[in-house]
Amino acid sequence: MHKKMAFSFPDEVLEHVFSFIQSDKDRNAVSMVCKSWYEIERWCRRKVFVGNCYAVSPRMVIRRFPEFRSIELKGKPHFADFNLVPDGWGGYVSPWIEEMAGAYPWLEEIRLKRMVVTDESLELIAKSFKNFKVLVLSSCEGFSTDGLAVIAASCKNLKELDLRDCEVDDLSAHWLSHFPETYTSLVSLNISCLGSDEVSFSALERLVGRCTNLKTLRLNRAVPLDKIANILRHAPQLVEFGTGTYTADVRPDVYSDLAGVFSSCKELKSLSGFWDVVPDYLPAIYPVCSKLTSLNLSYATIQSPDLIKLVSHCPNLQRLLVLDYIEDSGLEVLASSCKDLQELRVFPSDPFGAEPNVSLTEQGLVAVSLGCPKLQSVLYFCRRMSNEALVTIARNRPNFTRFRLCIIEPKTADYLTLEPLDVGFGAIVQYCKDLKRLSLSGLLTDRVFEYIGTYAKKLEMLSVAFAGDSDLGLHHVLSGCESLRKLEIRDCPFGDKALLANAAKLETMRSLWMSSCAVSFAACKLLGQKMPRLNVEVIDERGPPDSRPENCPVDKLYIYRSIAGPRFDMPPFVWTMDEDSGLRL
Amino acid sequence: MQGGGGGSESGSMSTVSMEDNMVVSSEDSSCPDESELELGLGLSLGGFKMHQVSRGGHYARILTAKDFPSVISASSSPSSSSSSSSSSSSSSSSSLSRANVTAGTKRTADSVAAANSSSQVVGWPPIRAYRMNSMVNQAKNQATEGFNSTMENHKSETSTVEKGTTGISSYQNSGNAKLRKSLFVKVNMDGIPIGRKVDMNAHESYEKLAKTLEDMFLKTTPNVNPAGSRALELGMMNKLTRSSKLLDGSSDFVLTYEDKEGDWMLVGDVPWKMFLSSVKRLRIMRTSEATGLAPRLHERNCQRQRSKHI
Repeated sequence: MHKKMAFSFPDEVLEHVFSFIQSDKDRNAVSMVCKSWYEIERWCRRKVFVGNCYAVSPRMVIRRFPEFRSIELKGKPHFADFNLVPDGWGGYVSPWIEEMAGAYPWLEEIRLKRMVVTDESLELIAKSFKNFKVLVLSSCEGFSTDGLAVIAASCKNLKELDLRDCEVDDLSAHWLSHFPETYTSLVSLNISCLGSDEVSFSALERLVGRCTNLKTLRLNRAVPLDKIANILRHAPQLVEFGTGTYTADVRPDVYSDLAGVFSSCKELKSLSGFWDVVPDYLPAIYPVCSKLTSLNLSYATIQSPDLIKLVSHCPNLQRLLVLDYIEDSGLEVLASSCKDLQELRVFPSDPFGAEPNVSLTEQGLVAVSLGCPKLQSVLYFCRRMSNEALVTIARNRPNFTRFRLCIIEPKTADYLTLEPLDVGFGAIVQYCKDLKRLSLSGLLTDRVFEYIGTYAKKLEMLSVAFAGDSDLGLHHVLSGCESLRKLEIRDCPFGDKALLANAAKLETMRSLWMSSCAVSFAACKLLGQKMPRLNVEVIDERGPPDSRPENCPVDKLYIYRSIAGPRFDMPPFVWTMDEDSGLRL
Repeated sequence: MQGGGGGSESGSMSTVSMEDNMVVSSEDSSCPDESELELGLGLSLGGFKMHQVSRGGHYARILTAKDFPSVISASSSPSSSSSSSSSSSSSSSSSLSRANVTAGTKRTADSVAAANSSSQVVGWPPIRAYRMNSMVNQAKNQATEGFNSTMENHKSETSTVEKGTTGISSYQNSGNAKLRKSLFVKVNMDGIPIGRKVDMNAHESYEKLAKTLEDMFLKTTPNVNPAGSRALELGMMNKLTRSSKLLDGSSDFVLTYEDKEGDWMLVGDVPWKMFLSSVKRLRIMRTSEATGLAPRLHERNCQRQRSKHI
């Protein structure tokens, strides 16, 4: 023993080495090497990531990591984004804030995703953490501008306030005025989700004017076009900017003002916003286009010719979000102009129309896959696809890491051959060996899952809808995808067998979501009974599952691993299957 | 929290068995037992090729087509049946499996019957709510009557759903399915801290809406455990069961809504479609508190008959 210790490094040295290791995965690996490394690592971990807030309790986290400065928590399942998770399901952050408020006066950063945040929690944050710097709320809800006002008033060292995609109760636009006149530390502000019709422009301008370190500013739709010039004049150092509504009566003075002010923004790399775009005002941003690396036009309802013109001015674009107004022709131009493109997202302008309203097909995606050698991440909504196109795309672009294809009509077959799209997606997983995330759509049989199970060894997240024929499909995925962490399934004929046969696999994953499938209540109970480290939750708004026959399928099922045991904050339509093999409400 | 490395091949693997003689056997048995065919689970094999899973016994084995008498192989043509579950399962030899399949597709069958050529699918295509709302708002801004006509296009012909927030899960492979846009508004009820959301577009009338809300808020579920639920105080629930009708004035509660101008109105006075275009959120208010609404409503719409709550 003594000899061994003589050869080991002093703690301080190890700590210093560990300080270079930032990634969560690596930190976890480090902590598993041996007990002493575990001890040293836990004392010096500064950033904690909890992918599922119910997988562990706040107290456990605090006990293990006594000195973290930054925490990231995720709450609701991803399908909550599409209204599949009923309101009141859970994901409350208050227990976490309450525990940390007591234990951690020096907490600096809180990042939350899909959680319910109350004004009380925001107040508690403002009062408890004197050096609080970063608040990022992504897809959160439950709070109002009153809570924001307290944050603004109290957090003297706040650097980042990012409310991306949140649902905020807009009670008063004057919360912005609660930033004291002495406050100057703001670096990043994202209020694009706020809906309030009155924004205090003067307060905003003053805030922007005195925060000379401001790098990111994303305004909300309520900020009119003619106010933007004034705001930008105060902040020519901005790197990321999101406009408000981009429409106004066309007036030359407003236009030249705007164009002039954009020209003076020499650091601008990212633009977004662009609600209600009037094409005449678009050329105002041409001065900055050559430096742009990120452009979010996904709210810009402008047609293909205007989009083409814009995109042709941006040779350094790495990330583009756009509506399908861009059409195949626009994507071809993109493919030839933007050789650095890494991420493309094409959203549907009229997803519920019976007929296509634009000429955007699989050809656009093929063109981009051919022309953009660095493309790795795609989200593409379209109305038709073919195996041939998918195979071509896969061959062109084996470096895909994220491939999410949404053919709008469920179960759409290959439009050329009328076959399922199994072979096409099979090619994707076969050629793209580093694929981490995949979303399927179209007509698919069990065969596609066989391909996925066989080839998608690095796949971490899979989204499936209206696909497959039998349990075999699910079995292929659960037994074959070694890196799988998150699986979400809706409207597929997957039942008990594959789930029960692969029960152990579920403990290696973060979570499994199945809704409108064929998993029986009996199977859920059994799973909950036999797997104590899994929380098996049945969500069913029809009433308690035991009021129906046992072999009746449950409506929604959410299974996740947890060392915190079953949760107790569930609403009446969520039941946890636990070891008593009875219902716990 | 991510554990260090997700090795799924741990030494002790647990196979969950429904019964002792389960089809999905543990790693011990390498060949299927005749008795495994018989078990209560049933097997919806449906005759496409299954592959034997052999992974050194770390995962349970699923019996394959080789183990069973051959069944008709399913064609994977897209024109196969309209049911969303495995059409090929219908050719399975086990009646139990058919029962299972039927159980799984019960809702499919129901809705196929009910919805005829249109069906409603919640959350598809997978577009986030704020994006859809933003598109709706742009449509509204563009034309005064545009929104109403948009509504006409988007509403499906038979908007029958059981509950507001859970759409019918099935989808018909007829190519005619109309994907209906959801219009979720918040609903709060006095005395209940947690609000819900209801999809207005899933209802075609005040009656349907009231029924959904009554089911959501006023129906007691027999096994509600108050200790486990943050949302309900049991006492409140018991009180609520006495009252059942939200719209006809006979209950302790009335249904009100906030319109675009921020005013709170009693639900039921304007034509349904007009209501849809102006409702921002709903509140199930105690009747005692709602008296303030009546005079204002009367001032604004003195011609309307208030008793015309449907």
